[in-house]
Amino acid sequence: MNGNIWVLASADSVAIATTLILAALGALFTERAGVLNLGIEGILLTSAISSFLVADSSGSIWLGLIVGSLVGALLAGIHAVLSVVLRANQIVAGLALVIFGTGLANFLGKPAEGKTVTTLIKPLSFGPLSDIPLIGPIVFRQDPITYASIVIAIVSSLYLFRSRPGLELRATGDDPATVDAQGLSVASIRIRYTLFGGLLVGLGGSWLMLAQSAAWHQAATTNGVGWIALALVVFAGWRPMRLIFGAILFGFTLQLPFTLQAEQITFIPSALMQMLPYLATLIALIALSRPSTRNKLGAPKSLGIPFVRDER
Amino acid sequence: MTNASHEVAKGPHHASGAAPSALSAHSIVKRFPGVLANDSVDFDVLPGEVHTLLGENGAGKSTLAAMLCGLYQPDAGYITRNGERISLSSPRAGLQHGIAMVHQHFRLVERFTVAENVILGSRDLSYKLNRSELEDKVAAVAESYGLPIEPGATVGDLSVGQRQRVEIVKALYQGAEILLLDEPTAVLVPAEVEKLFENVHAMTKAGKSIVFISHKLGEVVEISDRVTVLRNGRVTGHVSGRGTTDTKELARLMVGRDIELTTQRASHATGHEVLQIRDLSLTVGGVSVLSDISFNVHAGEMVGIAGVAGNGQRELADTIAGLMSPTSGSIAISGSLTTDRGPIHARELGLAYVPEDRLGMGLVPSMSILDNLLLTRDRRVVVDRTTVRPEATRLIEQFEIKANGPDHMARKLSGGNAQKVLLARELSGGRTATKLLVVCSPTRGLDVGAIETVRALLDDARSAGQAILLISEDLDEVMSLSDRIFVLYRGSVVHETPGESAELATVGAAMAGLKPEGKS
Ligand SMILES: Nc1ncnc2c1ncn2[C@@H]1O[C@H](COP(=O)(O)OP(=O)(O)OP(=O)(O)O)[C@@H](O)[C@H]1O
Ligand SMILES: [Mg+2]
Repeated sequence: MNGNIWVLASADSVAIATTLILAALGALFTERAGVLNLGIEGILLTSAISSFLVADSSGSIWLGLIVGSLVGALLAGIHAVLSVVLRANQIVAGLALVIFGTGLANFLGKPAEGKTVTTLIKPLSFGPLSDIPLIGPIVFRQDPITYASIVIAIVSSLYLFRSRPGLELRATGDDPATVDAQGLSVASIRIRYTLFGGLLVGLGGSWLMLAQSAAWHQAATTNGVGWIALALVVFAGWRPMRLIFGAILFGFTLQLPFTLQAEQITFIPSALMQMLPYLATLIALIALSRPSTRNKLGAPKSLGIPFVRDER
Repeated sequence: MTNASHEVAKGPHHASGAAPSALSAHSIVKRFPGVLANDSVDFDVLPGEVHTLLGENGAGKSTLAAMLCGLYQPDAGYITRNGERISLSSPRAGLQHGIAMVHQHFRLVERFTVAENVILGSRDLSYKLNRSELEDKVAAVAESYGLPIEPGATVGDLSVGQRQRVEIVKALYQGAEILLLDEPTAVLVPAEVEKLFENVHAMTKAGKSIVFISHKLGEVVEISDRVTVLRNGRVTGHVSGRGTTDTKELARLMVGRDIELTTQRASHATGHEVLQIRDLSLTVGGVSVLSDISFNVHAGEMVGIAGVAGNGQRELADTIAGLMSPTSGSIAISGSLTTDRGPIHARELGLAYVPEDRLGMGLVPSMSILDNLLLTRDRRVVVDRTTVRPEATRLIEQFEIKANGPDHMARKLSGGNAQKVLLARELSGGRTATKLLVVCSPTRGLDVGAIETVRALLDDARSAGQAILLISEDLDEVMSLSDRIFVLYRGSVVHETPGESAELATVGAAMAGLKPEGKS
């Protein structure tokens, strides 16, 4: 067996994990505020194509990343208006966002179909460190956004559990009536974190486009990563630190079919392997639907429930 | 009634009319669709005083309190703080003026610690939270008012009384000078009420003002410096000076007639066994909730279950109603087994059930009174409202429910009136004639007039030969109505006594888990 390919595979897992970490963190912030945004997949797609178009026409990858992220926030804004301001059913609104985002991305992507970005986001090199066998390629040969995503996750954890606004955020997801009675605006908190969540998801989508895929291929670009991110938040118990490890694990399973193929290991059909992440999503959704397991997992208590001020 | 510590708290404020009131409402008007909840109400509270709002269910007390803390805005009239006009556009504005409300349904995040709950929403904290420093700070505030709390404890693990203390500490921490307490004692056991009153005295001594809302007249007499009586949204009476009134006078001011809450017991010999419970045990999630309970309730008899909330009462009632399946043991109504048969079966055998959680399990909040009644009436496919409407109207009248009519939405009723609708439905019988009535805390949150009505209705039901199981934390109620009393502690019956010879001290001790009959 070729040992090298497994090292490469592990390095790849960490890379794929970047989008997962960013998208799942976006979902995590949104859900911690009590808003369920199922539209992650749609946001990823639209921000991916937006970043592609901007990077392609301006020649600047960084501008592409910024615009892609903002587009993510913009789409999340639609969800915020529907679910927080108009108090629509959040599941329906989220699913609508997936359909809308997918359609929009396909429309925007028509002229870009098959095109490639000329310059990709490049991995950093830490000189000799990057050449350490095994650890080198996995830890010291990633691109800046990958490192940033892990830093963001760590900072998010500190923010959530060690800061005053983090406390208010968690309280909003658990018990908005209490937050309201404290004179804080539930709506404003929910909208802000839904937008911020969208921004992170948008960054993840743009990165996926500009560092990983290089070419725009409609649905193949995201490959359902948005759905997996939603499942990941559940498995991570809405905690950013656990999310990092979960993302790497999922990243590994996601690229496994390709590695196995390259290794000519065929006793496990690759179609079956590709199913794994979706199976995980399904299990996560089942877990979410039972109130007792929801509680045990640590789901925000008012997740998906619109807030209406009511005396009784 | 008035002891030494009260005398200290009693200030000279009323004598010196010059002192500006800490907070006053001037000609406040508040309308809800179809109801004039507050009709030109004047109300004020002085520094260091306890001013009680008293009134029937739906009189507008909670509405007034909600406007005083910024939760609702008045349609007309204004509010002054220390003589200056203020506008309270939100609870935040209220807090900024030092006004805080302790709600009947606590506003606490169960997953957070006490300290986290207390500091939630405070503006003057640094961005970074230092847990141990905060806990010390919170503990210091609590201690200065003699409110013992453990800042590191998770709120979800605390008792109701402890949670209330957390709410009060939270208000004090935020610098509240005026505390609005809406029916704070409704959920407390007697010992906790005593503790609360000690805290109230400590606060008034420190110059804070308390607006107190309660239906329990004994408490009102004990704690209040002044009492304002509301009726149909209007101020109809005033009593000032501690110890200048008694419960009878207050009752008369409130409902306009004399109220006598007397003891009632079965007037004639009881009949056959209607409810039979044998060796009933229930385990929920690995925890034993009920263990080895056996008793019968006869026709024409009222059996009272006393106990501190959370000792298995709720589960016992739900199991009898067929909403939960026992782990072992059996339940029979009129001789036929209901174990594992579900709630419809139990109802068909003549069960009527008034659950504890009125807006959760008892009524559908988003449906009208009429539709809520229909739930236990006919089960045909096509809903026939016309035949039930006259009955709904009659029940609204009989139970003196303050509502716009049968189409009034349950959610928009005041707390006490929602309870009345539920009682009206269950007591008036459903598809089958009621043989067994299981009632949980039937008079919680009701005004004295309504309590009198409900007790009379329960007594009528008993005289009519129905078997009644009364489950209540209100020890007075259990003692004055029941023919037999069982005390539930940690899921077991620890004490049994005939109602006539029951002694408050013994039953109270059993409720607290102390061995009765003076053994230990
Ligand atoms: N949000 C609301 N919408 C419509 N009507 C309301 C609302 N809140 C209260 N009301 C009505 O206003 C009146 C006064 O209600 P309020 O809750 O102030 O009574 P209360 O004195 O607190 O009674 P209780 O002792 O039963 O709690 C009632 O008739 C009630 O039905
Ligand atoms: Mg009220």
